Amino acid sequence: MVLYLISVGLSVTMGLMGFVNLAHGVFAMAGGYVLTSLMNRFAVPFVPALLGAAVVVALASFPIERLLYRRLYGGEELDQVLLTMGLVFISVAGATYVWGPLQQPLLPPPWLSGAVDLGIDSFPAYRSFLILCGAALVTALWLGIERTRFGIRLRASVDNLRMAQSVGIDTSRLFMTTFALGSGLAGLGGGLGADLLAINPGYALQNLAYFLIVVAVGGLGSIRGPFVAALLLGVADSGFKYLLPEFGAFFIYALTMAILLWRPRGLFGRA
Amino acid sequence: MTPSRAVEAFARRHHYRPYEALPWVAAVASYFVFPDYLALGAQILATILFALSADLVLGYAGIVTLGHAAFFGTGAYVAGILAAHGWGEPITGLLAGAVAAAVLGFLSGLVVLRTTGLALLMQTLVVATMVAEAANKASFITGGDDGLQGMEVWPIFGRFRFDLFGHTSYLYCLSALFLCWLAVRRMVHSPFGRSLTGIRENVRRMHAIGAPVARRRLIIYIISAALAGISGGLIAQTTQFVSLSFLSLERSGTVLIMLIIGGVGRLYGAFIGVPLYMVAQNRFSEIDPVYWYFWIGLLMVFIVVFARGGVLGLFDQFQR
Repeated sequence: MVLYLISVGLSVTMGLMGFVNLAHGVFAMAGGYVLTSLMNRFAVPFVPALLGAAVVVALASFPIERLLYRRLYGGEELDQVLLTMGLVFISVAGATYVWGPLQQPLLPPPWLSGAVDLGIDSFPAYRSFLILCGAALVTALWLGIERTRFGIRLRASVDNLRMAQSVGIDTSRLFMTTFALGSGLAGLGGGLGADLLAINPGYALQNLAYFLIVVAVGGLGSIRGPFVAALLLGVADSGFKYLLPEFGAFFIYALTMAILLWRPRGLFGRA
Repeated sequence: MTPSRAVEAFARRHHYRPYEALPWVAAVASYFVFPDYLALGAQILATILFALSADLVLGYAGIVTLGHAAFFGTGAYVAGILAAHGWGEPITGLLAGAVAAAVLGFLSGLVVLRTTGLALLMQTLVVATMVAEAANKASFITGGDDGLQGMEVWPIFGRFRFDLFGHTSYLYCLSALFLCWLAVRRMVHSPFGRSLTGIRENVRRMHAIGAPVARRRLIIYIISAALAGISGGLIAQTTQFVSLSFLSLERSGTVLIMLIIGGVGRLYGAFIGVPLYMVAQNRFSEIDPVYWYFWIGLLMVFIVVFARGGVLGLFDQFQR
């Protein structure tokens, strides 16, 4: 679920905007750092800090998009890979400089640290909260992109950039907003997941492969896709690790390869 | 340029030019000028070969890969494991590494090259991750997290021992690089190499004129994998150590960076990018290893924004 929360943001930037964004983990990491700093140093409660993390990351992404990303829209994949890898490296050093090499602790508020009894079995409260958040986000995003004017404009610009410009859509501003949305989601995901995916300077590099796999398997430009992919991969991963511990990690990769061969654009990708 | 002169220039493309001797002069000169840095020099030479192999798939065939370290690591592990288990003959060890990497290139290429674009990028990444995971799991033979230890490499031709100062290593890597470079240079100027450029520039047209696109892409993938394997074997033999980092995503990434700093698809990008990167890394790491990442990241962003085509691309711009 954490993977989904972070990856859905990536699906927005990478899928809807057609940009190979390897630096996505950087935004997620930034979200995690903002959250932990707000909570641990300034004693901000959990929920406001979480929203703060999303907003700060989204705001911070504006100048980055304006200065760097915008130059490469519709450019070569290789350049995009390089630029974003560069950002990842900068973030590793930057995070070490500001927060030190150690992992940042996250102390969830009391109402999230216990267990919830759902009648059948009891579940850790924090994880249940994550799942609820994820479900809420899926719904909100799906409605946002399928049903609002913003969503219509966005899909139009992705499908046919020139035509969208001709009918008077300000695509440059639209992309800027979308990028901020994707980054904000990453920040939110990073913050929410700080308990499970530890926040440390190497975060963006360590988890890069996971995010990419989820998005690639799910399909670019789809909101449902990463959701299903994260569930599928998560369940398959734990299942195989439980059944065949020695070969656990292989199955997930083999599965990824098989799915990508079968549908190169991902499960829910559009042709 | 009139048409006939253009044709003539085209026909002469494969002739050796005086400037092509420059890297070799520089390499031989460094042997005498920097006797204290020969170990680093040997690493640089072997990494140049790695970058050169990446240049073949990336620059000539246009296959963007994030998993080239799989072949590099395979070559290194095969050469290393042979040396650790009583077969320390360096040249056959190197060849065994190349063959193993080529086989892996063939098997993974069969699957990976069926896709293009982002799916291809992901497939290469997944293959590399699987190989790394396999090496991690097979710790009884690879040493796992601790790295492979206890390698004993015999003297080359039974005469030249690997010494502490890296004299032998340097010359060994230099000769291997030179031979591979000759082969690569010959190949990219051959009709085969030209057809690869055609595939990169316009796949549909190459299909239309009847070129066997899929087979050519697979062949170059295998050749490139073999070269990467040799490069990995060289590093394993000269440093007498192999670790899981040889297979990491980071290594696949840095080789692309080095290549792009120099310039892609030019055959000489590797010769400029790798020494620049590695010497800078060596200097900066002495000051502080973590902040080195900051500078290299900044440099990458800078190159993408201002200097597309790397250092050699800058030269082109000045000439115009």
